[in-house]
Amino acid sequence: MSRKTRIDLSDMSRRDGEPIGHVDLQDLMPLPAPLDDPARERPWTPLNPQARARYECILDDTCAVSVPKPATKEEETELVRQFLSGLDKLFTRENNWTFLQPLLLSMEHCARCQTCADACHIYEASGRNEIYRPTYRSEIMRRLYFKCVKHGGMISAWQHGDVDVNWPMVARLIELAYRCNLCRRCAQTCPIGVDNGLIAHELRKLFSQEMGIAAKEIHDTGSMLQLKVGSSTGMSAEVVKDNIQFIDEETSERTGITVETPWDVEGAEVLLIHNAGEILAWPENPGAFALILNAAGISWTLSSELAGYDSINYGLWYDDAQFARVAIKHAEAAKKLKVGKIVLGECGHAHKALSVIADRVLTGELNIPRESSMTLLRDIVASGRLKLDPSRNDFPVTLHDPCNMVRLMGVVEPQREIIRAICPKFREMEPHGVDNYCCGGGSGFAIMSGHNFPDWRFHVSGRKKLEQVLNAFGDCLDPSIPKYLCAPCSNCKGQFRDMLAYYDLWEKNRILYGGLVELIVNAMSEVKPGFIEWEWH
Amino acid sequence: MTTLLYAMLCLSAVVCVAATVVRAVGYARAPMHLRWELYPVPHEASDRAAHGGSYFEDSNWWTKPPHFNLRGELTAMFTEMLFLKALREFNLRLWWRSFPFHVGLYLLITTVALLLGTAVATVFVPAWMTGWLGRVVYQVCRATGVGGLVLAMVGAAGLVHRRLTDSDLRMYSTPGDIFNLVAFLVALGVVAAGYAFRPAGSPGALGIVIGLLTWDTTIRVPGLLAAGLLLSALLAAYVPFTHMSHFVGKYFTYHAVRWDDRVNRRGGTIERTLAEYLTYRPTWSAPHVTADGSRSWADIATTNPTKGTKR
Ligand code: SF4
Ligand code: SF4
Repeated sequence: MSRKTRIDLSDMSRRDGEPIGHVDLQDLMPLPAPLDDPARERPWTPLNPQARARYECILDDTCAVSVPKPATKEEETELVRQFLSGLDKLFTRENNWTFLQPLLLSMEHCARCQTCADACHIYEASGRNEIYRPTYRSEIMRRLYFKCVKHGGMISAWQHGDVDVNWPMVARLIELAYRCNLCRRCAQTCPIGVDNGLIAHELRKLFSQEMGIAAKEIHDTGSMLQLKVGSSTGMSAEVVKDNIQFIDEETSERTGITVETPWDVEGAEVLLIHNAGEILAWPENPGAFALILNAAGISWTLSSELAGYDSINYGLWYDDAQFARVAIKHAEAAKKLKVGKIVLGECGHAHKALSVIADRVLTGELNIPRESSMTLLRDIVASGRLKLDPSRNDFPVTLHDPCNMVRLMGVVEPQREIIRAICPKFREMEPHGVDNYCCGGGSGFAIMSGHNFPDWRFHVSGRKKLEQVLNAFGDCLDPSIPKYLCAPCSNCKGQFRDMLAYYDLWEKNRILYGGLVELIVNAMSEVKPGFIEWEWH
Repeated sequence: MTTLLYAMLCLSAVVCVAATVVRAVGYARAPMHLRWELYPVPHEASDRAAHGGSYFEDSNWWTKPPHFNLRGELTAMFTEMLFLKALREFNLRLWWRSFPFHVGLYLLITTVALLLGTAVATVFVPAWMTGWLGRVVYQVCRATGVGGLVLAMVGAAGLVHRRLTDSDLRMYSTPGDIFNLVAFLVALGVVAAGYAFRPAGSPGALGIVIGLLTWDTTIRVPGLLAAGLLLSALLAAYVPFTHMSHFVGKYFTYHAVRWDDRVNRRGGTIERTLAEYLTYRPTWSAPHVTADGSRSWADIATTNPTKGTKR
């Protein structure tokens, strides 16, 4: 039986040490075939009791950040003090010039109309669970702002609402900041222009920049590791070069065309930066890039500078200092090689981080032009420099729109122009383009797998996208028809890999996921047929 | 009594304008933020704006001349302002209540502006207002005034009803939210009643405005109408202090955030502004930030926290 009960804003401050939210499988948004069959519903692993005993897992059925429980009352008080101090800093020019204006606007103008709620895939997929409503988190933050930053008294509380400030509330807010994909679909529908995604982003910043609290996958083994060794994958420059050499050999063998990746070529027109995850998890992607760029006669290079070979910038999701540091490293690598431009490989958040957000970080000689690989590839395909045979891609293909590349950067059509040219059985998901839904792995979730967080990722945050994928392939679910879900984003691919496996959609329905360049190489006439191997990886 | 009414009307207008200006100036003076636009951006070239695309869809986009589709931006702005397009698209049930409320307020603002204009003309060029022009303006004022009152009250009643009956809205509505809508209902209701039931021979709306303009304290404003005007004036002064001032906020959320896709060009104004911000000295406490109040953003951004700090 569903234990769904109405949750109130005041529950955030409950001191009973129990989670305030719970999602039962039967509360979840129903999925279309073949996942309408209850036999294919995956059970949800309960959070283990040790985790509950050790960490502040008092928000819902999972735990993303794993904040240790404070040992003493004094420690609790100190943590609340730090939180309030960080809250103050979020609203000062010196500490937060980076986002002060949009944050103030979002704090002061919400009409509480709830228009945004229906736009949020997490809220909808959870069966409209109150704690996942975009405004639940924002409303707590707004009340904190008026009470603790503006020091509003009783009249303010009457006008804006009140909130009990205590450690359980702060602990839940930490977790709640990590129940949002930062996809900003809600902001797109807000009549006032209030941005609940931004509020979650700013909360994450407060926790990281003031309290040193962040999901370890995006901080310790994310941006910190990248700044230390050059890549959040842990690959040093030597290792990455070895791996790329191996990929070149593999690609040459598979395609019958000799592929060699140029390294550190001074004066090259293009510095290509991949999400280094591709090199380890999907080597056919950098291999395909190298083959295409060589075949098209592009002057290009990879860089072996620190972070110059890994475009990820996890700071985008939680920390302005870490964000700026990595963006600067990327630009420094390009500056050192005196390249004409940086081209970003298939990674959505890297696109937005370096092209859009870092545009107001990189100044002077570091302000080097940045471009999407989607446009470069579109130009190559449109130019006729590659001989392409669309009949080689004669299988159903659908396209996922990475939020960071599409809704948040406006790169919508180039990838479609390519797919329309080389995939005769292309079909759109609905809705698509700037109205797309997040894959459910955005804002770091795709790499976060502590405790039972993956269960939440696949049942809740990824569910709406899963529905879209199944609908797009609704006419060809039969396993005799191989189907290709194209996701030109490393992070989204990570989410798809794990989610399709979770629901057995490769084994039972032959839905494969992959990037865009793989489709291009698969269609190249000079290449040995069968670049896409239709194997699960 | 009339003097007090005039004084309150003037004072409220001053407070309303001053508070709105202070709020707007506050936002305008906030530092330029990192880019955070959201597509579609309507001032993009129309073929791109149609699918929500940006100049990033062009290769070597920085070599192309900047493009600003003013028509696209104005169209988006006016459809949003006049028809509440986003609400209509994403929350039709609320739009049926919110739209009449907003149109009602627009009509009432138009009425006040028309009355002021007519009053000025009547005082300074009375000949203009004695003929057909005066009659037309009178009819227009009546239509906008009555229409505005009816629509705003119907809308406000609809909004209160929805806030109280829809469980989602109720949970997020504060007492202040309900009070604000009820205040509109009451203030406009009293104005409507005062106007409809004013005794024969008492001054109408234009008479009161002319009286105010000439500070003619001999005018006897009927009690109920005076009360309605007073309540409305107080409400106008109160609005800029609440989230109902979203008419200010919305300008910035759209123009300064959602649609702000300005490019930082080398040697340009954005770069100069950033140079100032990079000298700011943050005080964030987490050790990895390496801020201690004496180090600037420029120092922090060029520090690698894993390699020892450059202090
Ligand atoms: S964020 Fe926007 S859409 Fe959501 S409740 Fe507030 S005003 Fe309404
Ligand atoms: S940003 Fe996306 S995930 Fe977060 S609340 Fe808005 S719609 Fe939901």
